[in-house]
Amino acid sequence: MTDYDAVIIGAGHNGLICAAYLAKAGKKVLVVDGRAEPGGCASTREFAPGFSVSDCAQWLSQFDQSIVKDLDLGSAGLKLGEPKATISLQSDGDHLMLAGDTISGAGVDSADQAAYRDFKNMIRSFAKLMTTLYRGRPPKLVEQNWTDRLTLMKLGVGLKLMGRERLQDLMRIALINIYDVMNEHFSNAALKSAIALDAVTGTNMGPRSPNTVYSYLHRVTGEHLAQTGTTQVMGGMGAFGQCLAAAAEKRGATLRLGSAVQAIVKTEDRVTGVTLASGETVSAKLVISSADPTTTFRDLLGYDQMEAGIAKRVEHYRSRSGTAKLHLALSGLPEFNGVTADQLKERLVIAPSMDGMETALNPMKYRELSQLHTFDISIPTLEDPGLAPTGQHVLSAIVHYVPYAPDIGWEAGKPQLLSQLLSELEAYAPGIGALVSASELIVPSDLEASHGMTGGNWHHGELSIDQALMMRPFPGSTQYATAVEGLYLCGAGAHPGGGLQGLPGRNAAKEILKRGALS
Amino acid sequence: MSDISRDTMLLTTPFHSRVEAMCDLNDWGNWMGYTTPNAYFDIELEYFAIRSTTGVFDLSPMNKYRVRGPDAQRYLDRLITRDVTKIGVNRVGYAIWCDDNGQVIDDGTIFRLEDQDYRICSYQRADDWLAWNTLGFDVTIENESEAVAGLAVQGPTSCTVLTLLGCTDINQLKPFGIAHYTFEGRPLMVSRTGFTGDLGYEVWVPPESAEALWDQLFELGRDYLIKPIGSHALELARIEAGFLQANVDFMPAEEIVRVGRSRSPFELGLEWLVDFNKPLFNGRSALLREKAKGSRYRFAMLDVEGNKPAEHSFILKGDKQVGTVTSAAWCPTAKANIAYAQIEMPHGAVGDQLVAEIYYQRELHWTRLLAPCKVIDAPIFKSPKRWQTPAPPH
Repeated sequence: MTDYDAVIIGAGHNGLICAAYLAKAGKKVLVVDGRAEPGGCASTREFAPGFSVSDCAQWLSQFDQSIVKDLDLGSAGLKLGEPKATISLQSDGDHLMLAGDTISGAGVDSADQAAYRDFKNMIRSFAKLMTTLYRGRPPKLVEQNWTDRLTLMKLGVGLKLMGRERLQDLMRIALINIYDVMNEHFSNAALKSAIALDAVTGTNMGPRSPNTVYSYLHRVTGEHLAQTGTTQVMGGMGAFGQCLAAAAEKRGATLRLGSAVQAIVKTEDRVTGVTLASGETVSAKLVISSADPTTTFRDLLGYDQMEAGIAKRVEHYRSRSGTAKLHLALSGLPEFNGVTADQLKERLVIAPSMDGMETALNPMKYRELSQLHTFDISIPTLEDPGLAPTGQHVLSAIVHYVPYAPDIGWEAGKPQLLSQLLSELEAYAPGIGALVSASELIVPSDLEASHGMTGGNWHHGELSIDQALMMRPFPGSTQYATAVEGLYLCGAGAHPGGGLQGLPGRNAAKEILKRGALS
Repeated sequence: MSDISRDTMLLTTPFHSRVEAMCDLNDWGNWMGYTTPNAYFDIELEYFAIRSTTGVFDLSPMNKYRVRGPDAQRYLDRLITRDVTKIGVNRVGYAIWCDDNGQVIDDGTIFRLEDQDYRICSYQRADDWLAWNTLGFDVTIENESEAVAGLAVQGPTSCTVLTLLGCTDINQLKPFGIAHYTFEGRPLMVSRTGFTGDLGYEVWVPPESAEALWDQLFELGRDYLIKPIGSHALELARIEAGFLQANVDFMPAEEIVRVGRSRSPFELGLEWLVDFNKPLFNGRSALLREKAKGSRYRFAMLDVEGNKPAEHSFILKGDKQVGTVTSAAWCPTAKANIAYAQIEMPHGAVGDQLVAEIYYQRELHWTRLLAPCKVIDAPIFKSPKRWQTPAPPH
């Protein structure tokens, strides 16, 4: 007899969702996490007295609606803000506004608008196809069984229905980079870089890196999965984590927070449970890890507990990130040139030219600080004033082109980078520096330490074709089962990948139940 | 003397000056990047030295890897398919290692020198695979291929010759045992191992000792008809004795490019080297699956009618081609025409009657021969001397 049917490592959104689905099916599930609060990257934290911020993910834009329905999250008290438009800030104050399929400002003309609509239609049709693949387990190409054949058949029909031209476009652009695709479709520089920003944020790439079209498409699947637009969660992302935790507990899952898993226990040739930092061992029929693959295999299981080929694959798995978080406590509402007070609650981005973005990648690659960054800014206190003292505000920005480990070290590097970022912001929001009463810079290695994500990569592994679909995280450990008996994956390192969309957790639970791995 | 230095593409072994002096036929081959003799004076006579007196084969090009550290034993236990803990100190074990797909990468011998100090002697270069295997283990791997020179000293009089060399009580050494001596102030290690299926030893020394060792062996062994042997003679002996050869009887899994060309231990008749009682070793999961599902091929030793070696032959069952020959030879001592073949399942069980399609030519006249053959259950050459301790006097 085991203590539980399944122990799930990590109370992040995927771990909680997997737990909720398994518990709903009558399984006895324990979720363990070293953090005191549930939610993983959906977390809220007080970073300065009276100022709270979503300290990892700040936007909800991809969360799969089928999970909202299945787990009845609507009635669980989840409150979302208004869908945001994106305003790409320009130095002359003539900003580019992207709202739905319309664009305005920054000198866009009717030709640009038509091109944008065509582009969005094309991308959406590709993303729709991906969504079909995302909502199930990835099909294996070689050892086909009927489920995989059916998925491939559906994919084939989907490709056929797109029409010949679309199919050609997809084949042509899927593996190239966003820089070339932007130049092919648009002439407006602001538009090109606003889209390129979405393709690189959260990765270790620049606009000319291969796979950036794929990472962009991955983001756009959110339009099909979530249908909410880009929104903020009221009360901060932590509220989202709490809501998922409540949903899991309501269905009978047990949560143990503040007790980190120290090791995955293997007895003879299969995984049989976990040991906690307290030294306690919990036994289970299955261990399902929502930690990233490197943490799962290298740190928790140990390379000496698996066949060498798996260890080799884990070592080759890429999970670096060039994306950091900047949190500012502001004594008043900042003013951005050319942005009305009402517009400040939208999603503000600063995307230098595509060449500038590509140039910014170079220092990052060579472990130096860049002189230019992209910003994805949220001022959550406008919709959710409770996050800061009355009249004061929080600015949260996702900043790209930050090296994982600069040669000068973070002790010297952080103050330098902070003042660099503030001066970059100052150019768009003169006087913002004077409003800053407290600040916090969370670099990728901080995210790694606080949220247990190797390399600080919020996708739990670079989103690239060679680490996607039936190759995610790597061959031999796909379809949520791993090459180690009794060990499953349900985190962003499993198909279909990262972002707050919840599909790895949901798909893993469904696959485990379908296989009868717990019966 | 020319003052123009000439870099050759092939390396020479520490015995080269002596080997070259004795290589009357000047017939050289490339063995793993080293210049080695195919034959010294006459293939048959060299072969009969192995079977009747003593044959000396320079095996310095074999790859030698030292495995040391607190986790050395655990490391090897995961690497190879058999239970390494059963190999005692100063013992040698024959082993194979597989990739995660359960396909054989290479075979070789594991020498246990100390508690946590081993040497792998392998046919193939294995630096990359051995290095990847260190992940998670406190162990160091040192390629000491060039730091250890080796001679196989094989045949009925080999024990006597080594005794004369100063290897006291070498006749007490059990098969797969290791004994340590000094030779001219340097260490000399003897293992009772070999590739000939008879009484025989392998002698390991630092390269500085190589030439003196060769000289003394041939000096002391003269009355015992010691002869150098080349790779062709050894090939005859190993086929007769039932030993597989990497790159000949199977393709190392790390080297194949075409899907399906590698082989599992089951497909090479080496299941006796696979110990599923071990909870973890490379290839275990895949091999368990294969065991349940069945293998694609069977390794078969064939006793072929007639005296024409079935080299590169197709193997037929009725009209259907069911396999191919990987090694074949007319074996002089056993007086049998032996072939190793990979046979598609379910054919090739012991006793199965098959046909070898042999092509041979005499004076540019090609003949096709359909030779009946039978699958046999054990190597055709069996010498009791191989297993006797003390080693029998000749």
